[in-house]
Amino acid sequence: MKFTIVVQAAPAASQSAWSAYQFTRSALAAGHEIYRVFFYGDGVHNTNSLSVPPQDEFDLVSAWTALLGEHGIDAISCVSSALKRGVLDAGEADRYERGCANLSPAVTLSGLGQLVDATLVSDRVITFGA
Amino acid sequence: MSEHARKTLTFITRKAPYGQHGAKASLDMVLSAAVFDQQVHYIFMSEGVLQLRRGQQPGAIDAKDLSAAFSALPLYDVDSIHVEAEALQARGMSAQDLVIPVKVASAADIATLIHHSDAVFNL
Repeated sequence: MKFTIVVQAAPAASQSAWSAYQFTRSALAAGHEIYRVFFYGDGVHNTNSLSVPPQDEFDLVSAWTALLGEHGIDAISCVSSALKRGVLDAGEADRYERGCANLSPAVTLSGLGQLVDATLVSDRVITFGA
Repeated sequence: MSEHARKTLTFITRKAPYGQHGAKASLDMVLSAAVFDQQVHYIFMSEGVLQLRRGQQPGAIDAKDLSAAFSALPLYDVDSIHVEAEALQARGMSAQDLVIPVKVASAADIATLIHHSDAVFNL
């Protein structure tokens, strides 16, 4: 089955982001296709590569980056959500004259149209709420 | 997007208009889906009915007025707008208290809309 995953929660805020990651990993392991992972609202914190969790805790941002990269999954952080929360790619950091870019290398900034598009072509859209 | 069949997308918004991100997030999703020419149902439930209340003055808490944006929905051909009857009643409100015309819907009506949707987004 072709899935799209919507992630609305930040790693440090709730179990929801962890569940989204675990669902994605399990779906891939079961042979399903992940068409797209869309990070929306506070979910964009999952794509902030500057986050540094304590050493004895699971590093969810790095885990997402590895999983998405390994399987070549299209991953989008909502651009307006991301800019508002200080998650920038090199282009946006340059445009807004901020000191650094921190978007996960496995993720692209884009708009909500990418979520609508994913909804149209996926068999199921699974939302992990805030 | 013409290569894909048109889908019915339902957006349920349950959050009060200010103090959290859900209300604006739902509205943005609805407008995006409408731009893609999909059949959209927009359903206001529980605290979400407060988003439509007339006379909001969010400037007092340095927030941007969300209610003004709802009047743009017809321009996007979003006309299937439903408000949960029980939620209105519980807050002493009626359809006359709202900034736009809506359909007041029972729980059963809402269940039917959800049942006939291809995807449901719940914020």
